[in-house]
Amino acid sequence: MWKWLHPYAKPERAYHLCHRLQPYLWWPGVLALLTGCIWGLAFAPQDYQQGDSFRIIYIHVPSAILSMSTYVAMAGAALVGIVWQWRTAFMAMIAMAPVGAVVTFIALFTGAAWGKPMWGTWWVWDARLTSELILMFLYLGVIALYGAFEDKQQAGKAAGVMALVGVVNIPVIHYSVEWWNTLHQGATISKFDKPSIAPEMLWPLLIALLGLALFIAAVSVMRMKNEIIRREYHRPWVKALAASSVGD
Amino acid sequence: MAGLKADNLTCIKRDRVLFSKLSFLLAPGTLLHLRGPNGAGKTSLLRILTGLSSAQSGTIYIDDEPFHDARERFYQQLIYIGHKAGVNGALTALENLKFWCAQHNSVFEVDRSFAILAKLGLVGLEDVPVRMLSAGQQRRVALARLWLKQATYWILDEPFTALDVGGINILEQHMKIHVSNGGAIMTTSHQPLTDAAGPFTELYLEYNI
Amino acid sequence: MSALYKGIFKRDIALAFRQRSELAQPLMFLLMVITLFPLGIGPGPVILQKIGPGVIWIAAILSSLLAMDRMFRDDFWDGSLEQYMLSGQPLWAVTAVKVAVHWLVSFIPLAVFSPLLALFLNLTMEMYVALMLSLLLGTPLLSLVGAIAVGLTVGLQRGGVLLALLLIPVFIPLLIFATSAVDSAALQLPYRAQLAIIGAMLLVAMATAPLAIAYALRVSQN
Repeated sequence: MWKWLHPYAKPERAYHLCHRLQPYLWWPGVLALLTGCIWGLAFAPQDYQQGDSFRIIYIHVPSAILSMSTYVAMAGAALVGIVWQWRTAFMAMIAMAPVGAVVTFIALFTGAAWGKPMWGTWWVWDARLTSELILMFLYLGVIALYGAFEDKQQAGKAAGVMALVGVVNIPVIHYSVEWWNTLHQGATISKFDKPSIAPEMLWPLLIALLGLALFIAAVSVMRMKNEIIRREYHRPWVKALAASSVGD
Repeated sequence: MAGLKADNLTCIKRDRVLFSKLSFLLAPGTLLHLRGPNGAGKTSLLRILTGLSSAQSGTIYIDDEPFHDARERFYQQLIYIGHKAGVNGALTALENLKFWCAQHNSVFEVDRSFAILAKLGLVGLEDVPVRMLSAGQQRRVALARLWLKQATYWILDEPFTALDVGGINILEQHMKIHVSNGGAIMTTSHQPLTDAAGPFTELYLEYNI
Repeated sequence: MSALYKGIFKRDIALAFRQRSELAQPLMFLLMVITLFPLGIGPGPVILQKIGPGVIWIAAILSSLLAMDRMFRDDFWDGSLEQYMLSGQPLWAVTAVKVAVHWLVSFIPLAVFSPLLALFLNLTMEMYVALMLSLLLGTPLLSLVGAIAVGLTVGLQRGGVLLALLLIPVFIPLLIFATSAVDSAALQLPYRAQLAIIGAMLLVAMATAPLAIAYALRVSQN
């Protein structure tokens, strides 16, 4: 089953795959993200309770959802790298890490900004915000560990182990924080008490979600290309590639 | 073929090819002296041979069996003494040897250990924490393993470091006896081996840029 | 089995007794951090009782982080780790024994000291029992999961702060469940559920952590 993927364990093949994928991720991603945001921020109807301030969900919700998914994808790459010993899997992992961290930051920032009109304060120890903050710490840990090693092959494996420890922990953290939040009354305003949402609000949200997902994938693929080139710069195929692009 | 066989080993460290397609045989009854300038990959090669790190490509065979299958058996027949001596500074020489023997499932006899430490010039220092000893004396404690455990393969990384002339001589003689009894030794050292070490073959690693 | 017992277990116990001051320091740190809280917040017995469980657990996590790299640091730098790897004993078993010894020599002194902590923070008897049970189940979890990160950072020259950065977020669920167990005890409520969750996490860690530690040490060794 894994046979057909195996050639992409070679950096050169992986590079070319990334190169081919990139436009298919990049343009639809940007397009969907713009459509979703403009539709959501300008044209979708107002919320009857929160007025216009609810519109931040078109940024906040996609980034919150995808910050978790990106971490899981990163851990998946780490698992592939550890089990099948693919060097490129670790490159994919570390390509995703800072992207995921930034998306997590966006989710935190927009969450806090949303909190201001809703709760009258920038920060509330709300369950979701808290787990998002811990997720951010997990991302930073992986990135810091990767940066601490000189030998990047070693760094990839080490950061991969930490990413796996983190991903095992994410559900535990999520539920423990939620549970902690219900225990300590006072800060239990949950943002999504009513999951029902009008379709004219839902569509732009889904489009923005898809757009951000593609955008994250596109940026990760770009970063992975860079990572491959940086690690393989002395190989003949990179030199040939550089020579051909100078010729263009 | 009996012995430790390296087949087409390639090692890349930090994007530099240390050696590629290296093949040789370490047969019982031989002493292989690994030489080469600093950074040529001598330590890396020895660590690959012990299985502490893995080569980029190539295989190692123990008596014609792939390393992976023969690992357990090989480790029973291996003594490796690396750059780092593997002796704990807070424990005494005797304790270090005792625990090491227990880990390696080899018999530890107190009297024999005293005799070996005495032979190595450590009389009266058996019960002193190793941290208090000089560098050469610490190295001697590590080398005492070569007398304690019965093993065919010795892989020694710079065993003569910090040893004085007397220490070098004792070790070389012991190596000679081991080889004549059918042991196989692979060692590195910056100074040439003397006649006391007996006959040996040389393997030279170039420094590749 | 006897190789692990005679070669690793007894060795580490002997080493621990030889380095008693290293064992005492994290404990003194724990005691001093806990002393800071009444001084910083005020000595009111009600508020102390309220923050007590959290304070003890946070201090316990911090002090265990300080002591954690003892587990493999010396072995890594003096080359003993290489000798374990070449001893023919499975590395995961060696690490499991080492973690167990580390936990024993750090938990027993903590258990001896704990009545003092309970007294300082005005804990009731029920709270103290719950605290001890949560420590009994929670501290081996700290050692097991911590050992993975120690294995990863042991080769780095300055891994100390990094170790804390990696581990603190991972320990958050433990902190939540453990303090909540003690809080429940304070209200005379049952706290078996919290202990059961900590126990479950401990079992998962016992099953998987030794393999992860062994892998981490191999990565560091390379």
